Amino acid sequence: MATADEIRELMRTEGAAVAENTQGFNAGRYDSVADLKDYEELKQAARSIKEDAIEELPDLLDQLTDTVEANGGTVYIADDAADANDYIRNVVDERAADRVVKSKSMTSEEIEVNDALEADGVDVVETDLGEWVLQVADEAPSHIVAPAIHKSRESIAELFNERFDPEEPLETAEELTRFARKKLGEQIIDAEVGITGSNFITADTGTMALVTSEGNARKTVAATDTHVAVAGVEKVIPTVGDLHPFIELIGRSGTGQDITSYVSLLTPPVDTPVVDFTDDETPLSAFESDRDFHLVLIDNGRLEMRDDDHLRETLYCIRCSACSNSCANFQSVGGHAFGGETYSGGIATGWEAGIEGLDVAEEFNDLCTGCTRCVNACPVGIDIPWINTVVRDRINREKDTPGEWLVDGLTPDEEDDGAPLQKRFFGNFETVAKLGSATAPVSNWLAGTTLSRRAMDRILGIDPRRDLPTFERETLVDWAASRDSQVAEPERRAVLYPDLYTNHVQVERGKAAVKVLESLGVDVVVPPAPSSGRAPLSQGMIATATDHAERVTETLGPHIEDGRDVVVIEPSDHAMFTREYERLIDEAAFTDIAENSYEVFEYVYGLLDNGASIDSLSTVKGAEIAYHSHCQQRTLGLEAHTVAVLEDCGYDVVTSDVECCGMAGSFGYKSDYYELSMDVGDRLRAQLRDDGVQDRPVVASGTSCLEQIDALLERQPRHPIELLAT
Amino acid sequence: MESKRASFEGALEALGVTVSSTAESELEAAVTEAVTEPAVGIALDETVGDEAFSLTETPVTVDPTPVALREATTGVTGAELGIGDYGSLVLSMTEAASELVSLFVERHVAILHEEDIQPDMDAAVAELDERFNETGGSAIIATGPSATADMGALVKGAHGPREVHVIVVEESV
Ligand code: SF4
Repeated sequence: MATADEIRELMRTEGAAVAENTQGFNAGRYDSVADLKDYEELKQAARSIKEDAIEELPDLLDQLTDTVEANGGTVYIADDAADANDYIRNVVDERAADRVVKSKSMTSEEIEVNDALEADGVDVVETDLGEWVLQVADEAPSHIVAPAIHKSRESIAELFNERFDPEEPLETAEELTRFARKKLGEQIIDAEVGITGSNFITADTGTMALVTSEGNARKTVAATDTHVAVAGVEKVIPTVGDLHPFIELIGRSGTGQDITSYVSLLTPPVDTPVVDFTDDETPLSAFESDRDFHLVLIDNGRLEMRDDDHLRETLYCIRCSACSNSCANFQSVGGHAFGGETYSGGIATGWEAGIEGLDVAEEFNDLCTGCTRCVNACPVGIDIPWINTVVRDRINREKDTPGEWLVDGLTPDEEDDGAPLQKRFFGNFETVAKLGSATAPVSNWLAGTTLSRRAMDRILGIDPRRDLPTFERETLVDWAASRDSQVAEPERRAVLYPDLYTNHVQVERGKAAVKVLESLGVDVVVPPAPSSGRAPLSQGMIATATDHAERVTETLGPHIEDGRDVVVIEPSDHAMFTREYERLIDEAAFTDIAENSYEVFEYVYGLLDNGASIDSLSTVKGAEIAYHSHCQQRTLGLEAHTVAVLEDCGYDVVTSDVECCGMAGSFGYKSDYYELSMDVGDRLRAQLRDDGVQDRPVVASGTSCLEQIDALLERQPRHPIELLAT
Repeated sequence: MESKRASFEGALEALGVTVSSTAESELEAAVTEAVTEPAVGIALDETVGDEAFSLTETPVTVDPTPVALREATTGVTGAELGIGDYGSLVLSMTEAASELVSLFVERHVAILHEEDIQPDMDAAVAELDERFNETGGSAIIATGPSATADMGALVKGAHGPREVHVIVVEESV
């Protein structure tokens, strides 16, 4: 696991370049997909093609093998990296090649074919400019599409000037590109073997699609007489026609280009003549197109992933990088921290767990906070946070748990004995909160002492720089029980879900919600209810989370049956009910709670839309406000409702557009991640301090966001529902 | 609705690709104007069946030697299809080495028949699906010049051409 020191160092050295590039790609993605009128349909089509292809994989591999052989090529299915490398070394050896040129291929990085060939004395040259920079610098890729994004132009110029000592020192991106093109161009025409990857391979015709921009992959194939394509077995799709949605989606989703400069659709061996580039006599057409083609398909754990109900989705991944670019943590640290042996970003957890093993996934898996901002960005609709949760659960279970006695009583479910102490503390925050309210204010006072903060840091890894929540003595449930409903003839009836924080910590916003709903004609009850399971789920404690989910549905079920709507203030809990519970409880119970649950502003919006009068709410005339929505709320498409209601109430609203506030539940409390969390938060701070925003009061929907903003700004933020209560 | 050709040309412009158009009979003049010498090219008359496409009356060296290719500034080839919504060209790979001529040069001039402009990517892929399944073969969907952002800023002209020009051959009335 990256330590606080390593993360700090990476943010210092690479953070600025990574942030600029990933945020640029991410913004480009939003713009580019907005132009696509059938974006959702294309994603749906891409998803179902991949789902079917993985289902039919053994048959497709057979069909592809026949097709490629009929075309005149050879197919080799390698069990693992060593097997693949042996085969490729043999091909290179038989060709008696001195030089191999390569275009960018993650799979070839996975098997480390360069090392294998270099050990045989072969000169291996990366021709993708980014890969070449890394080869010269002897560094690892930090991004699956743009491998050198962690390097600034200045650092590349310095590297080249030092290494190659050109007559005129290189400076601009243009000069650096020209220099690299010339140098690599000479090496390409002099090589015997070209190794490429492949983004997709169609079983019907043996056509492979290569998505590139520089033209180096085209040259790698055209200028050599032996073409080796290296790809994971999951790259096979049935037909050429199936390529369509991927061609439209892959560039847009990744770097935000509508399409990259070149999508090569090659049915190897290709017809381009193999020429001698020094020949000044023979016309091009007089050369033969005598070319060998080897397709090396790599299993390396993939077929086992296919049999794994939770990791299988990983195989649908088209490696577009949207999940990296849309990830707030990735934007700060890049793939050197948020990545394993080969892959980086959110989906890397699935790849590395399946290919390398849990120990590699463990090194970075904690950096996924489950914010879900990648979910809608993924062109094949992979539930990336879920894969991270499952892998975290598996890692927990593999671990010994030292010092269990310390938080005994914090693990209600035997099954989650596996989680380490810190995870169990946060995962069972419900117990902490209950205890906290019962003993407030003594608990607050105690938790704040230097001595206990030091102990918390040491034993639980809770950063002493964070303020801890202040527990209220009277919970929201207690308060509600002590008063009568104010609505005589209700329009609707609701149960307000007392989430952990609203009930114990931010009780005022709960009271405000009750009052707002009542003034819109809703009869509200606030029964005691278990916490949603969000906290244990985000620690990878799936069994505990499932237990919560079951108890929540048992508690709320009778109210729903009784005709009440479930209204939820905390967006991360609302997302549990409407999204994550699908994974945890049976379908009928899930549908019941998902269909009847509403985020509080979604509900208010609906009430107003159905005729409730805005006059019963507190309204203003053009008062300025800044609103930060919550990551999971945005993924569910529920930011707009809050904005609309606030505008209806007369507010002039500006919204933030960062992917996440950086706090993400317990993440920002952890000593190892405090500084990363604040770095992510800095982007939100910058937006909230912008011209025209800096004097606006701030409202935010999520508990974590409110705590983070409180730490970031002088202005104390509030939940927007508090503005509406009269 | 915008015509296929108008949307194609609009997309090309956004990509920084220049366009000219010509009647079939004026093709050689259009090619002469579009190339920067030294220029090499692929004769298209065999596929098109028209003398003008042999490029004999232009400064273009047809079917050059490898050394001539490397010394050339411009490469002239045909394009199989145009794709309206993206401004893409579909370049087929023939044994006459069009892949080399369109790639190892600074400036690529592509000759495209107006009737080969497809409205969108969906239609273009359907067309390729049919061709690949019937006769095999390969193609490049090329959109704008080659480019890289790997050196700290977007640069046009990475390994492939840095300029692209399209000559649209208008349908004869
Ligand atoms: S998981 Fe989805 S978003 Fe991430 S790289 Fe793969 S396809 Fe792209």
